[in-house]
Parts: sequence; structure tokens; C-alpha cells
Amino acid sequence: MNQDLIYKKSIKRNIIEFLLNTIAITFTFIVVLPLVLVLFYVLIKGGEQLNFALFTQLPEPPGDDLLSAGGIGNAILGTIIVTTIASIIAIPIGVGGGIYLAEYAKGGSFSKFIRFGTNILSGIPSIIAGVFIYGTIVSTKIIFGSSFSSLAGGMALSILMLPTIIKTTDEGLKLVSDNLRKGALCVGASKFTTITSITLPTAFRPIVTGILLAVARAAGETAPLIFTALFSFYWPQGSESFLEPIASLSVLIYNFALEPYKAQNELAWAASFILIILLLFLNLLARYLNKLTIQNK
Amino acid sequence: MSNDQSGQYELRRRTDSERFLDRAFRDLSITMASVVAVLLIGIFLFVFSGAFESIGRYGLKYLVTSEWNPVSDQYGAFNAIYGTIITSLTSICVAVPLGIGTAIVITEDILPKKIRETIGLMVELLAAIPSVVLGLWAIFVMEPFLRPIFIAVNHYFGWFPFFSTKPIGPGIMPATLILVIMILPIITSISRDSLNQVPLPLREAAYGIGATRWSAILHIILPAAISGIAGGILLALGRAMGETMAVTMIIGNSLNFNWSLFAPGNTISAMLANQFGEADGSQVSSLMYAAFVLMILTLSVNIAAQYIVKRLSLKY
Repeated sequence: MNQDLIYKKSIKRNIIEFLLNTIAITFTFIVVLPLVLVLFYVLIKGGEQLNFALFTQLPEPPGDDLLSAGGIGNAILGTIIVTTIASIIAIPIGVGGGIYLAEYAKGGSFSKFIRFGTNILSGIPSIIAGVFIYGTIVSTKIIFGSSFSSLAGGMALSILMLPTIIKTTDEGLKLVSDNLRKGALCVGASKFTTITSITLPTAFRPIVTGILLAVARAAGETAPLIFTALFSFYWPQGSESFLEPIASLSVLIYNFALEPYKAQNELAWAASFILIILLLFLNLLARYLNKLTIQNK
Repeated sequence: MSNDQSGQYELRRRTDSERFLDRAFRDLSITMASVVAVLLIGIFLFVFSGAFESIGRYGLKYLVTSEWNPVSDQYGAFNAIYGTIITSLTSICVAVPLGIGTAIVITEDILPKKIRETIGLMVELLAAIPSVVLGLWAIFVMEPFLRPIFIAVNHYFGWFPFFSTKPIGPGIMPATLILVIMILPIITSISRDSLNQVPLPLREAAYGIGATRWSAILHIILPAAISGIAGGILLALGRAMGETMAVTMIIGNSLNFNWSLFAPGNTISAMLANQFGEADGSQVSSLMYAAFVLMILTLSVNIAAQYIVKRLSLKY
């Protein structure tokens, strides 16, 4: 009798279970493997070239087979500048749009279209955003007659950031308990006061999480920048730098990876190292904030 | 009691400036929301109007011929369209079982919780690696490592048209593999979320009538989550079609058509990245036509994804 309750390894259903477990775990291993390999190579190959000059020097123009291709100081600064421009454009619009969807929209056809449009916009290939900004801003020289500029690059990136920020603001605000809203309206607060002093502060963390993820995505993007911000071998010069081509880490990696010279390729690895550290930091910070939100609920 | 105290407080109406602020804030948020609509329609109209000249000149012939010659003004994007579709479909076929398998491992209890959480975190970090870094890795690490395998496949299966050319470096095959890496996090995380949303009573009932873990997964949990998973697969397909940098760096950007997966190829987005900056005249219009085709492809896939999630989701 008791024999029936003992786990039998060799009966058909247990063999099938074991096989399927093994397959699933193997698949998981295959999925995780590329991450480990990419991180390993970038940290090893980029890490061995870390030195102070990397941050302070300019990259050498390709052409000579140099021992060292210089530094990536202007590209680091450029990535920060372009991403900041993109954030300045995308954060107010994104948070504003999210506030509309969560607080004002009553489910009419306009708000339905905006929700639909946000999803569609997030699926638009990043290269199309680049083409769009190139056609409307760069080739028409609409901003003070400048063609390729960090401003145009920032605009292209902001198109990619927008859907993420709208969605997370919308979802973050919807998580706020309706009782808070009713309470605020009950004591006579206007809708403006309710949103700015009650619901937005309550949803602060999920919104910041979304913004950080959007910034991280924008900082790593290349396709929208290659014909909007272009590239530059010089430091950004004062306020004029907004109207001139600017270097960025991602475009530097793209350009230098395809150069036939070893020194340039090594610089691309170093730039990847800096970029990955930056993006992992932003992502882990976003995840940490998100975790805090879930615990607080 | 209340009558006594009511004199202490005065009811007041909102001042005009407060009302103005309230209304202005609402209008501002509506304006911000409409930016999305304006952008979307703007992008669509811009690409369509840019492509208009080419659509008129080449018509549908553009989609099936693969001559790309700026000198003689002959343009046909079959090569790039074939590259876009073959790379995205092949990568989906590889990534779907891997991604769903991983999602099952993360959500079920095959492994201890600590390990599952670590795997989930790693998959999300994989999504954080920028495409250009994956491209760099593909050029210098992945492709040289895999080339002997490709050469062996070509040696033994060279009679098959898809494997008929000698691997020489960049090509459609390595581009497909890098796409697999890029879309895995999307498929995995969306499948994981859908699996997590399957109501607990369904699992309990399945286990309660004596189902094994995998018969519960295959017959109860996966079917219940299928709409979310299918939507995620379509989203990943759209991402794979539009993915630019890593593919541009490793696909070889060839203008000549070849069936073989080992030959250098091209995709629409790679062609745009390579040529758009330097193009002028009718080449711009032809590239815009290609961009238009890409827009239509990704738009229809994304709309289908939303439709599936909305319509096919089982209601519990």
C-alpha cells in the first residue's frame, strides 16, 4: 500500500516532468548567458583601458595607426548634455500628458486616442524618430540656421522618452487611492491643489522610476543621434554648443567600432564600459525606488 | 453646537486667479497630452509626404525589385524588406521558446526563490544594455567565435539555399542572433507578467485534481495567459523590425540580394542609418519610401498586439 506513495523516478509522468524541467532551465541558462558574456567582455576590455586621460582628453581623429586614440571626455559630456536636453523637453510633456490621462480624462474618444497613440509611439522605430527630426529640424535649419545640433539630438531622444514617461505617470497616479482625492476635494481643495499637493507627491516614486528608465534608454540610444547630433572631435563650446554638432558615447562607439584601426576600437570598448556603468546605475536606482514603492503600499 | 461655531468660519468663493490657475492647469495638461497625437500624426504625414514622389514613380515595383542605384535613379527595396522580415521572423522563432521557458522558470517553483529573483533581475538588466554595445560585442566577440560553426553548417548543408554562401564575417545570421538577444528581455518580462496574473485558484484547482507541475503549466496556466504572451511576442516582433544599431553594425549592409543567411544583407533601418545622412534628390524620397514601409510594418504589428491583448484576454 505504502509503496504507491513513494516517488518513482522511472514512471512516465515523472520522466516527462524531469525532461521539461531540464529544458526550461537550459533555456533560462541560454537567456542569461549573453548578459554575462557581454558584461564580462565590456568590463574586462573596457576596464583595462580606464585611466584619467580617458576623461580629460579628446578623441584623436581616425586615420593614423596610433598607440592611443586619446580620451572620450567630450563624448561623456555630450551624452550628459543631449540627455539633459531630451529630459527637459520630455519630462514636462510626459508628466503633463500622464496627469491628463489619469486625472482629467473621462474615457472619451480623445483620451482613448491618446492612450492608443502613446502605445503606438513607443513602438515606432528609433531610426524613424531620427529621420523625422532630420527632415523637420536639421535639413530645414529652422533653429537659428543651425543644421546638426545637440538641440536636434535632444529633440529626437525626447520622442523616445515621451511614451515611457506618460505611461508610468498615468499608472503611478492611478495607484493613488481615490479616497485621498475625495478627501482633498471635500476640504475644499481645487483640482489643481489636489493634483499638485496630494496625488503627484503620493505617486512621486513610480513617476521618478519611469523617468529614470526613460533617461537610461535615451542615454544609450544611437540611431536617432547619427543624423541629428552627428559627432564632434571637440569640446562643446559654451552656449553655442546647443547649435552645433556634439559628440556622444553611443555615436562614438558606433563610429569607432567600424574603424579599421585597433586604437579606435579599444576606445569604443572604453566608451562602452562608461556607458554600461552609467546605464546599470540608472536602472538599479530605478528598480530600488520601485521596490520601495511596493513595500510602502 | 454647530450653530454656535459656524460664525467663526467664513465661506469664501475661489478668487478669479485661483479659478484661472485651475483651468489653466487642466488646459496645459490637455495640451501636453495632445503633443503625443500631434507627434504621431506629424511623423506619419512627414514620412508619407517624403515618400510620395517615390511611391508615384516606382509604385509597388519598388517592393519586389532589389536594384539600388543612385546613379541611374533605379530604386527597389526588396533586399532590405527581405532582410527586415527574415531577421525579425527568424529571431522571433528562436526567442519565443527561450523567453517563455525563462518566464516559466521565473514564475513557477522549479528553482529556489533567490535564484529566480536573480534571473529576473538579470533579464531586466539585459534590456538595459544599449544596442550599440551589443553591436560592438557582436563584431568583435560573437561573430568570430561562431564563424567556425557557420562554416561547418555551410560545408554540410550548403545545398540548402539559406546556407548556400561561405560565411565571411558580417551577415544576416549574426544579425538575427543579436536580435534574439535584444528581444528576449521583452518576451520574457511580458510573459512573466502575464503568467503572474493568472489567478491563484486556477493553479490550486489544477494541482488539487492531481495535475503534475507541467500539465498544470501546459494545460491551465499557459492557455490562461496566452493573450498577454501573444501580445508580447508581437511587440517584440515590432521591436525586431525597427531595431537599427546592432543590426547595422553586423549585417554587412550589402545592396545585392542573396537568399543565404550567411551572406551580408540589409534591413530597412540599417539602410536608413547608412544612407540617409548623405542622400539627396530622389534617393531621399526612395529612402523615405523604405521608411514608410517600415512604419506600416511596425504600426500594423503594434496595433495587432494591442488588439490581441484587449480582445483575446480571458476574463476571470
